[in-house]
Amino acid sequence: MLGRSANAIFWMFRYLERAENLARLLDTGFRMALTRDHLTAEEEWRSVIETAGMRHGYAAQNGTYAGIQVWNYILRDRDNPNSIRSLIGAVRSNARSARNSITTELWEAVNESYLQLNDLLARPVTQSGLADAINTVKRESTLVRGAMDGSMLRNDIYNFARIGSFVERADNTARIIDVKYYVLLPSLSYVGSSLDNVQWETILRSLGAERAYRWLNAGQLDARGIANFLILDGQFPRSLRFCYAKIRSNLHNLALQYGEKLSSNEAMRKADLNLQDKDIDAVLEQGLHEFLSDFIADTHDIATAVETDYRFTD
Amino acid sequence: MTGNGADNFDEMLDANGGVREAYRGYSAWFDDQDPQGLRRKHQEAEAFFRKTGITFNVYGQDEAEERLIPFDPVPRIITAHEWRRLSKGIEQRVRALNAFLHDLYHRQEIIRAGRVPEWLLRGNEAYLPHMSGFTPPGGVYTHITGIDLVRTGPNDFHVLEDNARTPSGVSYMLENRETMMAMFPELFTQVKVAPVSNYPRRLARSLAACAPRKTEGRPVVAVLTPGIYNSAYYEHAFLADQMGAELVEAGDLRVVGGRVQMRTTRGFTPVDVLYRRVDDEYLDPLTFNPESMLGVPGIMDVYRSGGITIANAPGTGIADDKALYSFMPEIVEFYTGEKPLLPNVETWRCMEEDSLKYVLDNIDDLVIKEVHGSGGYGMLIGPAASKREIAKFTEKLKAKPHNYIAQPTLSLSTVPILTKKGLAPRHVDLRPFVLMSPNGIEITPGGLTRVALKRGSLVVNSSQGGGTKDSWVLEE
Repeated sequence: MLGRSANAIFWMFRYLERAENLARLLDTGFRMALTRDHLTAEEEWRSVIETAGMRHGYAAQNGTYAGIQVWNYILRDRDNPNSIRSLIGAVRSNARSARNSITTELWEAVNESYLQLNDLLARPVTQSGLADAINTVKRESTLVRGAMDGSMLRNDIYNFARIGSFVERADNTARIIDVKYYVLLPSLSYVGSSLDNVQWETILRSLGAERAYRWLNAGQLDARGIANFLILDGQFPRSLRFCYAKIRSNLHNLALQYGEKLSSNEAMRKADLNLQDKDIDAVLEQGLHEFLSDFIADTHDIATAVETDYRFTD
Repeated sequence: MTGNGADNFDEMLDANGGVREAYRGYSAWFDDQDPQGLRRKHQEAEAFFRKTGITFNVYGQDEAEERLIPFDPVPRIITAHEWRRLSKGIEQRVRALNAFLHDLYHRQEIIRAGRVPEWLLRGNEAYLPHMSGFTPPGGVYTHITGIDLVRTGPNDFHVLEDNARTPSGVSYMLENRETMMAMFPELFTQVKVAPVSNYPRRLARSLAACAPRKTEGRPVVAVLTPGIYNSAYYEHAFLADQMGAELVEAGDLRVVGGRVQMRTTRGFTPVDVLYRRVDDEYLDPLTFNPESMLGVPGIMDVYRSGGITIANAPGTGIADDKALYSFMPEIVEFYTGEKPLLPNVETWRCMEEDSLKYVLDNIDDLVIKEVHGSGGYGMLIGPAASKREIAKFTEKLKAKPHNYIAQPTLSLSTVPILTKKGLAPRHVDLRPFVLMSPNGIEITPGGLTRVALKRGSLVVNSSQGGGTKDSWVLEE
């Protein structure tokens, strides 16, 4: 396949994943804001902008962190290249540019999602419309993923798509924990102090993990458990370990298909050293923030190596 | 502009309201249909086009304003014997065009013989000196040609325009048929229609048959597109997909080791045949427009050394020139030794003094076109123009007479479309698609019928609000 098409597919799935993660983040912000007084609600929305990595762009346009401004900025602002609307447009542009590498089913799922979301986000989203907008983003992204799963050959194209999805997801999960690590930290150093359960719940909820966590941990909500779950649980599809397992196996498939191991396989091996055999104590000993910074850098290195190995650009 | 009302040839009904031969089978089926059901299916078809992304962008408009070309569900039908006559004329014309192009870039016998004037070439930007003395692989210039035809009577088809540069619209021909078959499957069991769906396979075969000397193994074919913002991108992607070819952009191609190669995830791979959908002037920034981002530096050198086939051949676009068009009867006769089977529309070249005088005297009745214009831009339709428009155009005409030709307004045939009030006649034209390779000429039965959607209007261009319909050639 063309390097340009591989690039388009890789980023198409990164953008799709990013859009879905933003929708989850908004969902959390919304729920938090509903259960708080006015001031703390603004604080929570500020934190959503922070987690999304949009502080700079947002602050250039807005003076306050009123909910409706925040969610409209994230959902539909045309000047925000990472708004969900911009991302879904980019997903479709990429799908179009790699039109000959994807199935009709996948293309139509993308195209219909785009048409529906573009229509939904054509006007400002009110408080009563927010839940619907969030759910639509999540549902459409699930449909696109499903169309790929059910119709695409398990060839190099599929592997590029999956690597894109999981690189983005790994990065997003790590950033969400990193922005909130200060919430986890005090409790880790002061065992037994009173805990802000609501804040912890935010983290779990941002990752769609609150139910899975309770299921596995039988109601025990503590900082160490949460960190362990989000970083090291191999069953949870948004944990760092899970994302790496997927990237690793898709890179392995590519190496088999192309008959050679390349620098991306080496970058993966190096990244694994920082995660694979670690338990949560080792992570905490290294320092949560330091660990996450390394992880984000490693993930970036893997993505860059893939782009070089497979000639995504000239 | 308006047609001449009752004088128009109605392709479905004769003067007494009887159904003509071509439409008998369709008409019998149509009479059994529930009008509401037809309209509902029509709406479903539009939704289908939107969903599959069969849209075209109009330059300078927001991405959100991607447009659908309106689709009309009443087919345009041609009988097998009508088609046989027509395709003979088309084949003769394409053969002549190809021979003419070869001559133009070699000995120019036709000019020496005084049958076409030398000024046609002089200063004509579509004429490429770089092609002088070079013969493309297989001697083929016009790999894909679209011939625009209009009909004025039972046996009267006229050629309105030749499109040898990069004729588009073939994806609509194919999708219109798919849509009709999905909407009205039972119709196709009652009326036998010649299939068009093998066009992409034929195109792939025809292109591969023109592979260059340096090809190793099975020829690799790729479609070159300007990219996703081009108005015909859908068609480029569609054809590449259907042919099993790569869809490449200029950035994917590079000259390596004397071949044009595409950058794949496994490294560079040579392309043997490039079906390009970018214009000549953008093809090679080293040879033509140095500003071009759409081209491949050095591709012309590779071409001339037998390393790649470019379809259509560079320099072929001169065949689209409207001044040259007026010489087509002479061209056909010169190269085939036969009278043209398909007549031109009568054409006045405004650069000739007598013609200019005639055109200025009769401007109210004529259509005036820019020699290099396309897509319905830069023209004056005399009968529909206001006094002011005519005065303005007269000035332009006097200032640059060589820039214009004029033609009479023909009484174009009509075919019914489905309106809210039932069937209503609208003017149509027809663009059949012709493939040429050293193995011969293939014409897909049918083509693209474009239809004016406004009553009386003769403007069928999609860029000007026209629509399309499925075109049927009946099987015997």
